[in-house]
Amino acid sequence: MKIPVSIPAETFRIRTIDVIVFFIIIGILSFIVYIASTWSEPYERALEIDLNPENIPEYAIQSLARIFFAYLMSLIFSIWYGYTASRSKIHEKIMIPVLDILQSIPVLSFLPGVVLAMIALFPGQRIGLEIACILLIFTGQVWNMTFSFYHSISTIPKEMHEVVKLFKLNKFSKFLRLDLPFSAIGLIWNSMMSVAGGWFFLMACEMFVLEDKDFRLPGIGSYIQTAANAGNIEYVMYGLGTMIFLIILLDLFIWRPLIVWSQRFRLESIPPEDERESFVLNLFTGSLFLRKIGDLLTNFVNKIEKLSYKKFINNENKLLMKISKISGLIFLTFLSLLILWAFTKAIDLVSSVDLNQIITIIKSSFYSLLRVTAAIIIALSWTLPVGVYIGLNPRAAKFLQGIVQIAASVPATAIFPVILLFLIKVGGGLNIGAIFLMLLGTQWYLLFNIIAGASAIPKDLIEISRAYGIKGIKKWKTLILPGIFPYLVTGLITASGGAWNATIVSEYVSFGGDIMKTEGLGALISASSASGDFGMLLISTCFMSAIVVGINRLIWKRLFMLAKTKYVLE
Amino acid sequence: MDREIILETRNIKKTFLIAKGKEIPVLEDINLKIYSNEFVSILGQSGAGKSTLLRIIAGLIEPSEGEVLYKGIPLKKTNAKIAVVFQSFALFPWFTVFENVKIGLSQSELSEEEKDEKVLKVIDLVGLDGFEDAYPRELSGGMRQRVGIARALAVEPELLLMDEPFSALDVLTADNLRGDIIDLWKAGKLPVKAIVLVTHNIEEAVSMSSRAIILSHNPGRLKAEIPLELPYPRDKNSRDFKFLLDKIYTALIKSPEELPFLLAAERYQFLPHAKVGAIAGLIELVHDRGGRIDIYALSSELSMEVDDIFPLIEAAVILGFGEIKEGDFILTDKGKMWAEADTLKKKEIFKEAALRNVQLIRQIMQVISNISKHRVSEEFFIDILKNHFTHEEAWNQLETAIDWGRYSELFVYDYDAGELYLEEPETIDM
Repeated sequence: MKIPVSIPAETFRIRTIDVIVFFIIIGILSFIVYIASTWSEPYERALEIDLNPENIPEYAIQSLARIFFAYLMSLIFSIWYGYTASRSKIHEKIMIPVLDILQSIPVLSFLPGVVLAMIALFPGQRIGLEIACILLIFTGQVWNMTFSFYHSISTIPKEMHEVVKLFKLNKFSKFLRLDLPFSAIGLIWNSMMSVAGGWFFLMACEMFVLEDKDFRLPGIGSYIQTAANAGNIEYVMYGLGTMIFLIILLDLFIWRPLIVWSQRFRLESIPPEDERESFVLNLFTGSLFLRKIGDLLTNFVNKIEKLSYKKFINNENKLLMKISKISGLIFLTFLSLLILWAFTKAIDLVSSVDLNQIITIIKSSFYSLLRVTAAIIIALSWTLPVGVYIGLNPRAAKFLQGIVQIAASVPATAIFPVILLFLIKVGGGLNIGAIFLMLLGTQWYLLFNIIAGASAIPKDLIEISRAYGIKGIKKWKTLILPGIFPYLVTGLITASGGAWNATIVSEYVSFGGDIMKTEGLGALISASSASGDFGMLLISTCFMSAIVVGINRLIWKRLFMLAKTKYVLE
Repeated sequence: MDREIILETRNIKKTFLIAKGKEIPVLEDINLKIYSNEFVSILGQSGAGKSTLLRIIAGLIEPSEGEVLYKGIPLKKTNAKIAVVFQSFALFPWFTVFENVKIGLSQSELSEEEKDEKVLKVIDLVGLDGFEDAYPRELSGGMRQRVGIARALAVEPELLLMDEPFSALDVLTADNLRGDIIDLWKAGKLPVKAIVLVTHNIEEAVSMSSRAIILSHNPGRLKAEIPLELPYPRDKNSRDFKFLLDKIYTALIKSPEELPFLLAAERYQFLPHAKVGAIAGLIELVHDRGGRIDIYALSSELSMEVDDIFPLIEAAVILGFGEIKEGDFILTDKGKMWAEADTLKKKEIFKEAALRNVQLIRQIMQVISNISKHRVSEEFFIDILKNHFTHEEAWNQLETAIDWGRYSELFVYDYDAGELYLEEPETIDM
């Protein structure tokens, strides 16, 4: 298995621009939170979730639609953002740090802000809630896709650009014939991961409770949660089963065929992966009807391309360019003014927070840090041996990988209610339970990366270790750990970011009308958003973002650089 | 034969920005005329700016100073009448041969049918008949380059530019393709008026072109122009052919004045990228041959190209192990001593030679000895070198110095820490 994950070098440098960008983003977010704090009106129409299993298909379709729209937005955004960022050095210098910080911000803490703002915009209507939910899923899945697209188009060989210039292909042709195919493989892989991640946020936002307000949306996530609240294990299992079935269906009919199909866009320099087969793709290509549709589509695209060469479109209007430049400037000034204004409002909000609360935040951060560390250590302790075993034994891999993939595809938030039921019965507190919940979300990143790393260890190195009788701990120290090191670091970076985000949903849980919580930064964020304490929410969110960005740049930086230089297998 | 000027460059200069306000020249005073019915080769060592010059001619990059005239008209952007063949082929892997060639005609006003006809014609011409629907990855390197050539020819350019088109191919394939191109060129079947070929392969230039232009190194200047007026097909074993080869070799190797260590006062010494092991191999081989050898004979015996062998010779000259006279490489007494010495003695001799002749190594030793902990980060030296070289070249320079310094046990290099240090701290008299 190959996971084309790329972490841009930008993740590791702290420059002035980063600090500025950080504040700009915090400014914009403060604005959202501020709007939410002023406009919040009661939302009356709490929806009832009918637990009758007959309704499951309808709920599932609604959830699927949310994920689909969020994905569509992500795709469009990724292409637009990646394109704009690669257009010039100046764009790049600003937009890439922005992206990096945006992806380190815990998305979930903005759920209340976004929900309230949207309800304020569409008072009393469900559409506001729907938009909020889609926005949240969008922010959960867009960043890695954007990075992937940007990374792809900025690694297009110089000669290819020269060919385009030489034969005077226009912008549309360049996009269609060069940029899009070049980035297809990375974009499809990341789309698959993003959509999988989308389920996680879907669960969180379909069943959102703020103080006494209930912002339920009908969907598979709310069905599972309602069933769990009611203590009905049977219905929970129906819901979970449906979701797993859906995920497998998506994998079989969309992602797998797409990945096999996208192999045609690989570069010559990269050897083909073991011939992947997709039963469904074979079926598709065999169908005359589908092939006709494919031909029609190709013809249509070609026609548009031809049209784009017509003089009247091609001639770049100088006046038009001037106008777009001026409007860009106006937009920029407007944006900076808005940010400034948002800052003053944010200061108002924050000024209500006193020193004691700051101390609480610091103390809670420490507890959360301990929990995140514990979760990662526990995850490592089982994923390392299992991952290496799967990676080094191709035969075991065939069988186990399928199981692991299905297990990993179930979003952690969907199993929370089940785990909680269990925790309540056993009587263990959320203090330890939260670690367990965080583990659910993050262990898979590690496992997949370790499997990929172990299967990439060259055969001759393994054989030579055997020939010299290197076994046991020594084998781990000389062969396995150095061999999987780059993959391990990549997995750790993703896992630690994910674990921090998960603190928000796992340290503070409302379940069956009761609230379970423990001390921690995530709990603080959830609690302050539940009680509408927006000043506190803002400060603790900034805190968490700073911690995640800080850990990335201070700890993972060294490891990653080491991985890139010393432990790279050529 | 009419002598219409197809392209002319006037006082072309190109500089690259290496740091704020700090530029280094890559090309200087390039005045060139390309006539119709001409096949011009541009030769130079790696880093001489050959490819940069080609891209300026193609309109892909702009010169810092001077201008390019295409048929007397200043060239500002790319021109449909100038096509380029790339070293890396630069094909679209997701397009078939046919589609790849057709990409060249995207801009054209022709109807689809006319385009298709043209594409098929050039595919035929370069001998790719029957491979129209193949994807580049199904083809061998030579066939891929044929696609690249067909794509360039499809637009019927007046000037065809080729950027080391054969250097990514194996010897036999390259020879075969060269032969085919020459045949088409001589038979007037190529829809082009002139060809410019950038190469570092001297034999290639002599066997194909009608004029060789030789660029000097660092910065690239026009150093010599040698007409190559042998009839085709050219016999590689003929005396005339060998005479021309020798002439170009002599023109290409740096004259003593050009060798940078003599210029060290005004410019930082440029270290050729040569590893000690390879220099030793060269010196021992020449010693076995009696201490004097013809450079062209040497390169063909070792079947090494200019880019591989010249750095070795230059390194030997810088270190005082050899000298160049009349196209021959001659060992000095010290060079002979080095060739005969045993391993330990070799290191002794090399250490002394490096300290005396290599500016960078001297500088490194000075810094390390004077610092109390005798440990210095590589970045320190890179910062110094960046004042004189591009970022990439700075690293190459340091890498060579580290190789030489490690071999002679002057200093040690810690890869993980990226530091240079003295094994046994001792002060060294300079």
